[in-house]
Amino acid sequence: MGLKQNLHNFRQKNKDKKWLPAFSAIHTFLFLPNETTHNGTHIKAADDLKRTMNTVIMAMVPCLIFGMFNAGYQHHLAFGEIQQATNGFFSAEFWTLDNFLVGFWKVIPLVIVSYVVGLAIEIFFAVKNSHEVEEGYLVTGMLVPLIVPIDTPLWMLAVAVAFGVVIGKEVFGGTGMNILNPALTIRAFLFFAYPTWMSGDKVWVHGAVEQDQLIAAGQNVDAISGETILGSLAQGKAAGYEVMDMFYGLIPGSVGETSTLLILLGALFLIFTKIGSWRIMLSSVVGALVMGLIFNAVVSSGWITESSKFYGLMSTEFWHHLLIGGFAFGTVFMATDPVTASQTTKGKWIYGFLVGFISIMIRVFNPAYPEGVMLAILLMNVFAPTIDHYVVQGNVKKRMKRLKAKVA
Amino acid sequence: MGLLSKKDANLILDPLADNNPITIQVLGICSALAITAELKASIVMAVSVLFVLGIGNVVISLMRNIIPSKIRIIVQLVVVAALVIIVDQVLKAYAYELSKTLSVFVGLIITNCIIMGRFEAFALGNGPWRSFLDGIGNAAGYGLILIIVGFFRELLGSGTLLGFKVLGDPIEKTGLYAIGYENNGFMLLSPMALIVVGIIIWIQRSRNKALIED
Repeated sequence: MGLKQNLHNFRQKNKDKKWLPAFSAIHTFLFLPNETTHNGTHIKAADDLKRTMNTVIMAMVPCLIFGMFNAGYQHHLAFGEIQQATNGFFSAEFWTLDNFLVGFWKVIPLVIVSYVVGLAIEIFFAVKNSHEVEEGYLVTGMLVPLIVPIDTPLWMLAVAVAFGVVIGKEVFGGTGMNILNPALTIRAFLFFAYPTWMSGDKVWVHGAVEQDQLIAAGQNVDAISGETILGSLAQGKAAGYEVMDMFYGLIPGSVGETSTLLILLGALFLIFTKIGSWRIMLSSVVGALVMGLIFNAVVSSGWITESSKFYGLMSTEFWHHLLIGGFAFGTVFMATDPVTASQTTKGKWIYGFLVGFISIMIRVFNPAYPEGVMLAILLMNVFAPTIDHYVVQGNVKKRMKRLKAKVA
Repeated sequence: MGLLSKKDANLILDPLADNNPITIQVLGICSALAITAELKASIVMAVSVLFVLGIGNVVISLMRNIIPSKIRIIVQLVVVAALVIIVDQVLKAYAYELSKTLSVFVGLIITNCIIMGRFEAFALGNGPWRSFLDGIGNAAGYGLILIIVGFFRELLGSGTLLGFKVLGDPIEKTGLYAIGYENNGFMLLSPMALIVVGIIIWIQRSRNKALIED
C-alpha cells in the first residue's frame, strides 16, 4: 500500500480542514480514492467526469505536439533559416528537433500559465464555498494555449484566464453550470481587450512582433510577415499555400488549430469513445459548406465584383473553408462541449448547423477580423437552451396530439 | 448627525449602499453603461443628475397638493425636462467638449428611471425638505456607482484618470508600458461596464447577505 494508503489516511485525518478540497483535487487527479458511494442506486460506468476530460485532452495532444513543431517551422521559415518543406506532412525538414524546441519553449509557458492561473482560481472558489474542485478546468486549460497566437504575452493570458474562469464560469456556479464555453470566453476577452495581439500579420509567427519593434527602434532588420490564409484572403490577396499544406497544417495560425488532419484524428477518437457528439460536428460541417456554397453562388452569379472587399473570401472554394482558420478546431473541440451545446438530439443538429453557417458568414463579413468560429460558437452557446426548449416543447405537443387521438 | 435627525440622515445614507438605485434597484443602467468610459464624463453625469433630482424633488413636493393625479406624469416630465434643459445649456456653454462626449445622454436624463421613480415614490407624498434629502441621496448613490465604474474603466481601458496619464505614456513607452503593459480595449466597450456593475453587485451582496433575494 505505502504511499496510496498514507495519502488516504492523511485525507481522513484532515477531513474537516478548510483546505481539504485543494488537497483532494490533486490527490484524486493522480489516484483513485478509497471511497465508494454508500446509498442510493447508481449507474455504474467507467467514464466519470475525470475520464471524460482526460479523453478530450488525449484527443488534443497530437494538435499540441504538432503546434510546437509548426511554431518552430514557421519561425525558421519566416526568418529564412530553412527552406519550405517540400513533402508536406512527411517532410524531414518539418520534424526537426530545432523546430520542436523553438515551439516547445514558446508553447509550454502558455500551457503552464493557463493551468496555474485557472486551477488556482478553481481551488480558491472550491475552498471558499467548501465543495470539491471540479475537473472542468482540465480541458479548458489545454484548449486555451491551443487557440491563442504563439507570441501572446503571458500576463495577458493570465488576465484573460482569470476573467474567463471567474466571469465565464464561477459566477454561474462553476463547472457544468456555465452558459458560455470558458475557453472561448477567454479567447473572446483577449480578442476584444488586446486586438493588436490577436489579429494582423505579425502575431502568428514567433519573433515577428519583436522584429517589428526593432524596426520601429530604427534597427536595420527585415520585417517578417506571417499573414494567415484568412488574413490574405480578406485583403483580396491569394492564399499562397497549397491545399495539402492547409490540410496538413503547415500554415501560420493559432498554436494548435492549423492541422486539419490531426484535428480530424482527434474528432474520430472523440466519436469513437462517444465523448464528442458526431451530430454537432457533422451538422456544423454541413452548415459551413452550405454557407460556402451560397457565397460561391453569389460570386458566380456576378452580384459581387472583384472590386468588392468581400470578393476574396466569398470566392474561396467552399470546401477550403473547412481547412483554413480555426473552423475545424472549434467545431471538433469547442462546439461539442457537452455543457454549453444543445442537449437534445434534434437540438444538436440545429445548433451544429447554425454554428457552421454563422462561422463562415462572420468570417466573410467581419471587417476587423476574418474569423468567425469563436463568435459563432459563443452566439450559439447563448441560444442552445432556447433551441432545446423548443425541441422539448415540440415533442410534448406531438405526444399530446397522439394522446388526444387515442382518447378520442 | 447633529444637523439631521436619524430618520432624515437615512434618507441620504440608505441609497448610498443598502438601497442603491443602480446595484439594488437596478435602475438607470443605460446611462451607467453608456457614459462611464471616462471618469470625467461620469462625474459630470453624476453632478447633473444630482442637480436635476435634488431640485426636481423639491419642486414636485411643493406642487404635490395641486397636481391632479391624472396628469401627474406629464407634470413631472415638464419639471424634469425644464431642469435637464438648464443642465444641457450650461454644459454646452461652459464645457462644450464634454457635452459632446455625453451627447444625447444629458437629454436622456429625462427618461432616467431613477428620477421618475423618486418623484412618484417619494416627492408626491413628502414635504420639500425630506424630498430634497431623498433626491440628493439617490442621486449620490447613482453617482457613486457611476464614478466607481468610470474610475476602473478609464484606468484600465485608457490608462488615464481625468485625462492624466497615470500609468505612463503608451506611445512613448514610459511607466508601466515600458515593461509590456497594454491598455485593455474591452474596458472601453459597454459590455464591460455591465460586467463591472455586476462585480460591484456581487461584492456588495456577498458582504451583506440580507440583500440576497431568493
